[in-house]
Amino acid sequence: MKSKHEEMHRQFKKQTKTRTLQIRAVQILILLSFFIGWETAASARWIDPLLFSSPSRVWDLFLVRVQDGSLIMHTSVTLFETILGFLLGTFLGTFLAAILWWSPFLSRVLDPYIVILNSMPKVALGPILIVGLGPGFTSIIAMGALISLVITTMVVYNAFREVDDNYVKVMKSFGATKRQSFFGAIFPASYPTMISTLKVNVGLAWVGVIVGEFLVSKQGLGYMIIYGFQVFNFTLVMLSLVIIAILATCMYQTVELVEKKLIRHRT
Amino acid sequence: MAFLQLKEVEKTFFTYDSVTTAVEKINLTINKGEFISIIGPSGCGKTTLLSLISGLLHPTEGQILLDGKQIEKPTPETGYMLQQDYLFPWLTIEQNITLGLKTMGKTKSEEKELAYELLDTLGLSDKTKHYPSQLSGGMRQRVALVRMLSTDPKLLLLDEPFSALDYQTKLKLENLVFSTIRTHGKTAILVTHDIGEALAMSDRVILLTHRPGSIQQEFSVAHHLAEELPFNVRLDSQFTPLFQEVWKEMESLEKQT
Repeated sequence: MKSKHEEMHRQFKKQTKTRTLQIRAVQILILLSFFIGWETAASARWIDPLLFSSPSRVWDLFLVRVQDGSLIMHTSVTLFETILGFLLGTFLGTFLAAILWWSPFLSRVLDPYIVILNSMPKVALGPILIVGLGPGFTSIIAMGALISLVITTMVVYNAFREVDDNYVKVMKSFGATKRQSFFGAIFPASYPTMISTLKVNVGLAWVGVIVGEFLVSKQGLGYMIIYGFQVFNFTLVMLSLVIIAILATCMYQTVELVEKKLIRHRT
Repeated sequence: MAFLQLKEVEKTFFTYDSVTTAVEKINLTINKGEFISIIGPSGCGKTTLLSLISGLLHPTEGQILLDGKQIEKPTPETGYMLQQDYLFPWLTIEQNITLGLKTMGKTKSEEKELAYELLDTLGLSDKTKHYPSQLSGGMRQRVALVRMLSTDPKLLLLDEPFSALDYQTKLKLENLVFSTIRTHGKTAILVTHDIGEALAMSDRVILLTHRPGSIQQEFSVAHHLAEELPFNVRLDSQFTPLFQEVWKEMESLEKQT
């Protein structure tokens, strides 16, 4: 009886593994056929290589730009700005949400302003930021932060309010202060929402920073895109896009890792 | 000896377009070590009454005295157990049961001893590193009991703590809670809508009227029954007549409306 189950379990594990392998294989196949298709289409002139470039050209340019050091410089500038913008937006947003939770009066006072700020396209504030903070990385980081700040505040504040009152009741029954109730119950109970906000913010921070670099046009991957566009070097544009895609994915994966650590015990 | 005194207590809730009196004219004296149950039709203000005693709410009129002192705000002297366990899912069982102590700033190991002892008596000492999601409903409610008792409160408020459990678990837990409370000589107030549970567990049963809730009648449980484990009380020959008496009284309340 026991050995029969063991055999079935082995079978089951094998099936699960095979399915995972199949999925990975198809995923890689899609990626490969995309690049092969792109390359073939460009060399056969089905698409204009001047506009759409080709993987081999992008690769060649990549090697050149890595050797002269310019790619590393642009990439690290953008990465630095994005991470800082992301962190600032998330932390300030959460902090503001905490203040709003703390003071219901303030939250009612600020409600219409938050709604207005939220519906406002934040990138439209770009020129004002640049005038105010100077055409450097400060205004780009500000843009990256601003774009996620308001939505973070709103979503996290709502999460704080929706925490089951009974958790706070438990804290209060032990004579907890408002501060203890917040850090003991409200804040940790909102981890799941905060994590999903982080995931959204990764994407938003990239938008803010790339648009910021379009406007400031000094350095960074956003600058590479706008420069490539202006001098009609689309290989440069494509190279930037590929790097952005890779980096954004890495950041997203990091957030997922944090998620697993923070909320692994919830059902 | 009057341990808890409610004098002419009234609680009225206000919203922009309504005024609702939840409870009124509540006069009640509870002695040290007594086990009281409060029953009544749903919405009669049972939970409101518990919240008032715990200090989470303040009475609109009247006074509530614990040990002769007016209750101002919730203190660790009063333990509160809710319908569901409300264990914090992000904390281990160990962290959950010492939550009250941590809130009070008691983090020394000798201060935590009682919590671990209780966990051991309730047969959960092997679960300290587990998370609530890994435990069954009955186990979780037992952990909630330990959490409540860990701060050594003098007065226990039980707000339908067994209502979310299946019947078998409920009966077992009634026995366990009863004997734990008796061994530690605590005073307890149980809110329930289950007449049988009220009679099986307590010395006195208070029946509240419809909203606004006031005390309709008080039933005393014979001394030898009050000392007996809840499960045995349910089997006693005196249990059924008493049950019927309370049942009739509750029925007559229903007819009034």
